[in-house]
Amino acid sequence: MIAKHLPALQVVVPLFAALFCALLRSGTRAWVLANVASWAAFLIAAALLVRVLDEGVISYHLGSWEPPWGIEYRLDALNAFVLLLVAAMGTLVMAYARRSVAAELPAARHAWFYTMYLLCLTGLLGIAITGDIFNVFVFLEVSSLASYVLIAQGRDRRALVAAYQYLVMGTIGATFYVIGIGLLYLMTGTLNMADMAHRLVAVKDTRPVLAGMAFLTVGICLKLALFPLHVWLPNAYAHAPSVATAFLAATATKVAIYLLLRIFFSIFGAGIAFAELPLGEIFIALSIAAMFIASIVACFQDDVKRMLAYSSVGQIGYITLGIGMASKTGLTGAVVHMFNHALMKGALFLLVGAVVMRIGSGRIADLAGLGRRMPWTTAGIVIAGLSLIGGPATVGFVSKWYLVLAAIEKGWWWLAALIVASSLIAIVYVGRLIEIAWFRPPPAGASIGEPPLSMLVPAWILVGSCVYFGIDTSLTVGVATRAAELLLQGIR
Amino acid sequence: MSGGMVAVHAVALPFLGAIGIALAGKQPDLREAVTLTTASVLFVLVMLQLPELLAGGRVMSSGFALLPGVPVQLTIEPFGQLFAMIAASLWIANSVYSIGYMRANSEPRQTSFYVCFAIAIGSTIGIAYAGNLFTLFVFYEILTLSTYPLVTHRQSAEAMRAGRTYLLLLLGSSIALFLPAILWTWHLAGRMDFVPGGILAGHASPGVIGVLLALFVFGIGKAAVMPGHRWLPAAMIAPTPVSALLHAVAVVKAGVFSIVKIAIYVFGLDVLRGADAGWLPWVAGATVVIASLIALRQDDLKRRLAYSTVSQLSYVVLAVAILAPLSTIGAMLHILGHAFGKITLFFAAGAIYTASHKTRVSELAGIGWRMPWTMGAFAIGAIAMIGLPPTAGFLGKWFILSGALSTGHWLAVAVILASTVLNAAYYLPILHAAFFRDGAADDRHGEAPLPMVIALGATAAMTVLLFFFPSIPFALARAALGG
Repeated sequence: MIAKHLPALQVVVPLFAALFCALLRSGTRAWVLANVASWAAFLIAAALLVRVLDEGVISYHLGSWEPPWGIEYRLDALNAFVLLLVAAMGTLVMAYARRSVAAELPAARHAWFYTMYLLCLTGLLGIAITGDIFNVFVFLEVSSLASYVLIAQGRDRRALVAAYQYLVMGTIGATFYVIGIGLLYLMTGTLNMADMAHRLVAVKDTRPVLAGMAFLTVGICLKLALFPLHVWLPNAYAHAPSVATAFLAATATKVAIYLLLRIFFSIFGAGIAFAELPLGEIFIALSIAAMFIASIVACFQDDVKRMLAYSSVGQIGYITLGIGMASKTGLTGAVVHMFNHALMKGALFLLVGAVVMRIGSGRIADLAGLGRRMPWTTAGIVIAGLSLIGGPATVGFVSKWYLVLAAIEKGWWWLAALIVASSLIAIVYVGRLIEIAWFRPPPAGASIGEPPLSMLVPAWILVGSCVYFGIDTSLTVGVATRAAELLLQGIR
Repeated sequence: MSGGMVAVHAVALPFLGAIGIALAGKQPDLREAVTLTTASVLFVLVMLQLPELLAGGRVMSSGFALLPGVPVQLTIEPFGQLFAMIAASLWIANSVYSIGYMRANSEPRQTSFYVCFAIAIGSTIGIAYAGNLFTLFVFYEILTLSTYPLVTHRQSAEAMRAGRTYLLLLLGSSIALFLPAILWTWHLAGRMDFVPGGILAGHASPGVIGVLLALFVFGIGKAAVMPGHRWLPAAMIAPTPVSALLHAVAVVKAGVFSIVKIAIYVFGLDVLRGADAGWLPWVAGATVVIASLIALRQDDLKRRLAYSTVSQLSYVVLAVAILAPLSTIGAMLHILGHAFGKITLFFAAGAIYTASHKTRVSELAGIGWRMPWTMGAFAIGAIAMIGLPPTAGFLGKWFILSGALSTGHWLAVAVILASTVLNAAYYLPILHAAFFRDGAADDRHGEAPLPMVIALGATAAMTVLLFFFPSIPFALARAALGG
């Protein structure tokens, strides 16, 4: 019985957990509840993924109302994968959260923090699972509002400004998104994604539809921080609490990318999006800009979280590059990098957050001699950093392999050259971090000691995953390939 | 145990040894014993394969697919076996030498040194036994990453700068050029494994082959083909045991080994003959000559040896560029001869530093009488570099020259003759000063510590013995080319 309703429970469990969390005063109890809810969400997501890989598409009708009048939750290989990713990140970050939140937030706010986190989790899971385009907007707003609050909790006063900046830009994005939906609803009369895909075929060349597509694209690109709409990201990631940064870096942009894929390929179809409109060219151009500019800017940062934030903007460029190429290999690379980047950045932000908690500063210069002070943490940063560079036997290599292969298959040698050239920049900013950690002596009187195990273990699980999924790629590449095939088939 | 499993064990053993060394870190004698035991067992494992290879067989392990259609697979073929034997045997010698050097100079952080060394050797065996381009690339990168801590071991500001050059050049060339070359090959041929006669025949035009070859040659930065050679002299900042094994044997040899292996087993000599590869002898020849000229002007002994290595490595590239079977055999034999000769020279340089704290050629007057064993070994190594009998350095040169003469490749002949003269010009004066000039009056030092002398004596002896007993290496080289 429960198995039948798992898709609904995926969203309902964290939502109700959030409500109960809001009623709790005690930070510890709220943390326990958040953990339980995250684990429940993770198990549900895993069960759903297994079912989808066995049975194919799952369609769940909320309240037993038939689509397209009722809201439909529709799961295929792509969004089941995204669900698993988001839920897994949630569990790991929640295990890490207790000490981190205790260190960064005043005690009175802990329960609220976990409430907001659960709401954010609800929103992200909802975006991934739903098959109704307006329902996406609802969940998008839920997760965005929750994330604005999460970011504003940072210790630094600039966190408020960063949250406000993200709020303004995020609301613009959401507004564009809803305008886009409105135009599409106008022309097709339906909000259900599968139904809309059928109906769009007849009206695809009309002005409102093209305008709607443009609004949707810009709105979502704001959310996924595609250059040049990325401006909110560095501030938000740098000043938010470590838990929030790690969670958002690993999930929020990835869900937005999923949404983009859904809209481009499943609703509009690759034919309209890439053959008739120059979306592919635009995305490739912007992605190349992101890959180079963001990575170069990362080299010049003083603050380690800002550096990682700019690195994220660059890495998102790789994902959108794969999307822009719109070939099976390219989409496989994009989807697999979506997962892999979440692992890498999740690990890095968790480790860096632990370091910042221990030494009290996020400036790179203050990380001198970290290798001697916290060898295990530094080793984790080194391995995750190597994954960013794309060393073999790590996940970063798998993504690069597919992206370069996609470029070569299309005969775009210049693009293959650009991809490898930009990944060389990662050597510089990761190498700089490693040099300071290993070659500079620790400042006199510096604290020596690893962060607590409750923080180190989740981070190292992610680091281990960076290596494990770089060697055993059957799950990630297998699902990504299936997802790519599904997307290119167009109408679901 | 099947041959394939032995191959896997041979590659895995040094990595496991590294764990053992790390665990024994607090007890130096136990730690050293773990290193020596691992090295000895590895040597035995590697030698176990020899009979089957000499009989003409190849040993394949089962692969596991890292990516769909892209397996990690080990295949022992004759050329790889030769390289693995060189690496395994010299690891033993180098471990003995390292023990002497590290303890005599009270080097810090010795445990991480031995751990990284073991990982580097493991990667080298992985490269030797790689069954396809992808496996080769994986171990190639692990080699770069595991040798970075060794190069920067002293952790001074200069070491950090050298480390930067090392990492940027090697990682940069491999990610920017080598990796795309592998992907392009896969795209063209649909496969990446090493097959006698090559896999690219009929899949690409001569122009494309030429460009692909360039990507490989310059992408394999460890072969130090100019202009991508700067990392080698920079890496001399490392302690001498590192320079000795890694930059005389493992790292640089992995580079030229990869180039030769790719030339024979991915391209095939016939395909290369029909391609736009005429630039390669010029690039290799230029590297040989220019590096020798720079070596002439170096006063720092290790830097002189470094540039000599750059020059000798391009002998191997030149030999392959001649595209004659004889010269390709010469290339393989030169890998062998240069390995033993150069490691002897570096051992001697480290011994000189340990005993007398001298690093410059100009300081070496009269040192031959104070350190007879060391300088005697140095003399043998120098003769090997010049390429004269009775040293192993003569073997490779003979075959390369024969190949060049047989195909009428006058450029190669000229380059080899010129560089022989240049080698003599920068090695003989050292010997002359060491034995025929009087040392400074305040020189009081004696020979280097015993482990170091044993190691350099052993490698010097091997350099001479291989001249008299070259049958096994020669048989392996012949078998690699298909008999």
